[in-house]
Amino acid sequence: MRANHAAVAALLVLGAIAVLTWVGPLLNPNPFDAVDWTHVAAAPAAAPGHWLGTDRLGRDLFVRTLAGARISLLLGLLATTLSLAIGVAYGAVAGFFGGGVDHLMMRLVEILSGLPLIFFVILLTVSFGRSPVLLFASIGAVGWLTIARIVRGYTLSMRRREFIEAAVAGGTRSARIIARHIVPNVLGPVIVYATLLVPQMILFESFLSFLGLGIQEPHPSLGALIADGAAEMEIAPWILLVPGVLLAVLLLCFNVLGDALRDALDAGRA
Amino acid sequence: MRTIRYFLGRLSAAVPTLFAVVTISFLLVRLAPGGPFDAERALPAEVAANLRSAYGLDQPVYLQYGRYLARLARGDFGPSFRYRDFTVTELIRRGLPVTLCLGAAALAVALAGGIALGSFAALRHERLVDHAAMGFAAAGLALPSFVLLPLLDLLFGVHLRWLPVVGWEPGVFAYWPLPVIALSLPPLVFVARLTRAGLLDVMRSAYVRTARAKGLPLAIVVLRHAMRPALIPVAGYLPPAVAAIMSGSLVVETIAGLPGIGRYLVQGALNRDYTLVLGMVVVYSSLLIAMGLLVDLLYVWLDPRVRLHR
Repeated sequence: MRANHAAVAALLVLGAIAVLTWVGPLLNPNPFDAVDWTHVAAAPAAAPGHWLGTDRLGRDLFVRTLAGARISLLLGLLATTLSLAIGVAYGAVAGFFGGGVDHLMMRLVEILSGLPLIFFVILLTVSFGRSPVLLFASIGAVGWLTIARIVRGYTLSMRRREFIEAAVAGGTRSARIIARHIVPNVLGPVIVYATLLVPQMILFESFLSFLGLGIQEPHPSLGALIADGAAEMEIAPWILLVPGVLLAVLLLCFNVLGDALRDALDAGRA
Repeated sequence: MRTIRYFLGRLSAAVPTLFAVVTISFLLVRLAPGGPFDAERALPAEVAANLRSAYGLDQPVYLQYGRYLARLARGDFGPSFRYRDFTVTELIRRGLPVTLCLGAAALAVALAGGIALGSFAALRHERLVDHAAMGFAAAGLALPSFVLLPLLDLLFGVHLRWLPVVGWEPGVFAYWPLPVIALSLPPLVFVARLTRAGLLDVMRSAYVRTARAKGLPLAIVVLRHAMRPALIPVAGYLPPAVAAIMSGSLVVETIAGLPGIGRYLVQGALNRDYTLVLGMVVVYSSLLIAMGLLVDLLYVWLDPRVRLHR
């Protein structure tokens, strides 16, 4: 019960943040890239209109942080969806065909998960421009490994169930069996694991943006804002604290929610 | 004997993996637009041509690739394109000890702290210590190194003035605690969660109940009987932990101003310093692969039922 309260609270906070990232910037008159030279690095509430202060270029932190959180959330969710799509397809195919195909495909997953994939993402983003699309694609292409493993496990056990055997015996094409019978049945548990993937993707994006390889100026993202803040923390710690706290709250809520969902799933299976 | 043969087999399997890593990375950096001599003042055409031919960049890519592989096989990473007076091997030799020290310290703190925290939580299951530890773990998962280190700097460096925020001198301890803590916290809380779950599981098993029933004190039961199997999931988490510490060290070294090799990867990629980037990728991949091997051996020690096979 305790976990459920925490999970509901996490869900509510996430919902509130999501709504705020869309509505918040509309409430404040400052655009995210407007420079206010009269109030540079102003403390929270020190300058009129800048509720959470300004950064070293006099840009409004409230608006920038929310806009950054919106991009981070959006990229996190999109990248998770991409990982989910790749992982489910890959795992279902490996599990359904089994044998040598399965062995080969899972060996590849094993090798890939033994590599520092983040370095490849860094190379990719450095090499081929830093568009949000590439960022989303390369982050999403990294997260599918765990999903593929889980889906394969479920598929292997489902492969022996009567309804799949009936479909095979009835001469249904493999692609159709996978798409119509296997994927819908593994989707439920897999989405639970995907909840835990979202914070990882957000973290990944923030990490890249922190390094200057993610979302580019003047557009804000939580990672880039934190990097700005870290550079100014001795004079203006709020530039670090505002986006840092929001990122931590986002990650915390997603983790709590994902953990609770997974516990519920495990309890249901046991 | 069997273990040795298994080990050699896995070691030889690592060679094609490394080869694939080098090939993919080579293609990635080479397909990227721009070159190592672009960002500078426009060079006279003859000078640029000379530079390119001096570094072999005027030859077809497949020849450069072959030459690079031949060099690499001899353990030579080639000259750096940006740090003109250095070879990549020298740069790595200079920075790697710092990075390894930082990483090893972070891993040690993560393991020791995580196992201790997780065990306490498991042995006080559903009590205050347990809830506090798991709350701490949830918070720790939400604080990546690049957020935590500036926050620690702010608290201990700027406000309390206990420790220096940035810099490094050989042998001076004061520069280490903050980066190590920042780097170790995310894996630490993960280890704590795994240890807690593993130990809870083992403590319910029949042989632990037997050991308790015959009157063994709890400490002996835990340390001698329950701990080893409970740590199996932790061993499995080691490679991802090392990967997390590696990627964390990229930013932590930059924030803390440590002269390790962390900064070379991003810097090298931005500068199109081909050899430096490839050298970094090879070093990091080798470390990870070695970690994977170590974990396999750990499994055998932790769980005697595991038989190595190939």
